[in-house]
Amino acid sequence: MDHRPRPIAAIVGPGNIGTDLLIKLQRSGTLDVRYMIGVDPASDGLRRARELGVEASAGGVDWLLDQDILPDVVFEATSAKAHEANAPRYREAGIAAVDLTPAAVGPFVCPAVNLDEHLDAGGGTTSNINMITCGGQATIPIVAAVSRVTPVPYAEIVASISSRSAGPGTRANIDEFTETTSHALQSVGGATRGKAIIILNPVEPPMVMRDTVFAAIGPDADREAITESIHRMVAEVQQYVPGYQLKSEPQFDDPRPDWDGNGRVAVFLEVTGNGDYLPPWAGNLDIMTAAAARAGEQLALAWAATNEKEQVTTK
Amino acid sequence: MTSTEPAGVANTAANPPVRIIDTTLRDGSHAVSHNFTVQQVTDISKALDKAGVPIIEVTHGDGLAGSSFNYGFSAVRDIDLVAAAAEAVTNAKIAVLLLPGLGTVNDLHEARAAGAGMARVATHSTEADVSVQHFRAARDLGMETAGFLMLSHRTEPAQLAKQARIMADAGCQCVYVVDSAGALLPHGVRNRVDALVQELGDDAMVGFHGHQNLSMGVANSVEAYRAGARSIDGTLRALGAGAGNTPTEVLVTVLDAMGIATGVDVEAALAAAEEVLAPIVTRMPVMDRSSIVQGRYGVYNSFLLHAERAADRYGVPAYQILRRVGEAGYVGGQEDMIIDVAIELAGLQRQAAEHNERVPA
Repeated sequence: MDHRPRPIAAIVGPGNIGTDLLIKLQRSGTLDVRYMIGVDPASDGLRRARELGVEASAGGVDWLLDQDILPDVVFEATSAKAHEANAPRYREAGIAAVDLTPAAVGPFVCPAVNLDEHLDAGGGTTSNINMITCGGQATIPIVAAVSRVTPVPYAEIVASISSRSAGPGTRANIDEFTETTSHALQSVGGATRGKAIIILNPVEPPMVMRDTVFAAIGPDADREAITESIHRMVAEVQQYVPGYQLKSEPQFDDPRPDWDGNGRVAVFLEVTGNGDYLPPWAGNLDIMTAAAARAGEQLALAWAATNEKEQVTTK
Repeated sequence: MTSTEPAGVANTAANPPVRIIDTTLRDGSHAVSHNFTVQQVTDISKALDKAGVPIIEVTHGDGLAGSSFNYGFSAVRDIDLVAAAAEAVTNAKIAVLLLPGLGTVNDLHEARAAGAGMARVATHSTEADVSVQHFRAARDLGMETAGFLMLSHRTEPAQLAKQARIMADAGCQCVYVVDSAGALLPHGVRNRVDALVQELGDDAMVGFHGHQNLSMGVANSVEAYRAGARSIDGTLRALGAGAGNTPTEVLVTVLDAMGIATGVDVEAALAAAEEVLAPIVTRMPVMDRSSIVQGRYGVYNSFLLHAERAADRYGVPAYQILRRVGEAGYVGGQEDMIIDVAIELAGLQRQAAEHNERVPA
């Protein structure tokens, strides 16, 4: 039985994402969420955090780093610019960071695919991880499920989200989504080339997040093995995103000359949110907070263990 | 061409001129499944340039970076086709289309380097704010700009005008009412163009992009002109997504008959359609059951060929897929949902058949 105290966490950024994350982390109980940090004293998010029993401050990261008891892990739900400024300060203070912004200071992490690599005790724990994008969290597991069976020369994903779930940050810099997701389809998903497309749909009532994955596969690829691998991966993701599901069985298309002689597997996904703070149709936001919560918990446990070991050694 | 204008119609001096943009080599790309060759692009661009068409749009049907599983792969890279068109013309400006969420500012840089002088940035008619970074980048690159409010029929005039304002403030010089489904009737065009003209004043021009699903392309374009639109899109022989676009050669003939200057030589436009485009394109768009259903239910026109392919693959009628897609409110870019709907309909069809087998007649 492990009697170490629970690792301490802070959330920086008391917006919708930060609040939803707080609810998920409190429910899980793996972390002791001690602080919610903002910059606006009138913020609703800080008030909500206080109601949930968390110490909330509008004093920013300066206030956080002034505390006698520092967190083991911080969740950054602000903006890329803010995280770029904060990341070196967290590192200096010995705090691990889970970055939900597009800053990508640290490596891309998709919990179902590569979280283990970044918690590896022998190789040292990564102190800063990036949660990619919502479309990436939804689709990269599927690309990885295919690429662990057969080479994927090209993977393409289409993420459709309701207009109401796309915030001003996403809208002002939508290129960031396509570029970041494309890179991660390669580096995490294992595709040789990746392409990402995002669509905003304003229909009312709002549509639930939909994601489609198209992966090019060789003409002789083992379709049964691919299907089995995809089902296994979906079950894996469902452990932290319960509303993640296949809309239909994977669809295989025969090789075509205009596909460079490759065949194709198409996978249709739906992501229904857990309805914690954000409504169920905002599956795109839910999968980000769920993935961050999952990664943060594992990271904090590994990080706290490593720190403890170091302290023991120094003594 | 001699004017046989009936009495009572205002003369040329009283009619402000209108700019024609030909998009045979962009919207028409849908109708040839994005298989245009360098030679075809060169020939068509030359013919349009010779006719005095001031702007020629050349891109994959879904814009820069459109070449994909979801929208169909291009036979030749966009950028190579843009370069070929730029090389072929002496006077015309080459435009490219960009859909934020698919194409990026990087693609715009490439297109500019290949010779594109105009960027047209397209968003769904309620999502204009995703285009802000692209308009700014286009203007920084010294490109002329236009904005496309797609599926305009789904957005009320006042709301559409607000979206147009977002584009204009970002650096868009001409905002289009885009009837992507060929669903608008003349009064719907008038209301929307009028709302945009009122909102934008001298800040930006207003344009209109029509489709033929309900046979309204030219009539709607005339209505748009009367409401103040001063930039109108067409394609040769209506080559385009769904039932096809407003046919350029008919449009300029009608405007000529009305005494409205376009700067386009009508005889040369007719020649371009008849002698250059017709021999190249084997399958012209038609107003058939599927495309009329698209017009009636407001379904994005480039879904047509994708629905026909899904219909073949899953054994359900294309028009039923399109109707369901319209009811679900899918927007431009959601071609993947066509397969999703086809799978769903095929499942229902199978269930119904099994049920019929079990129940004795």
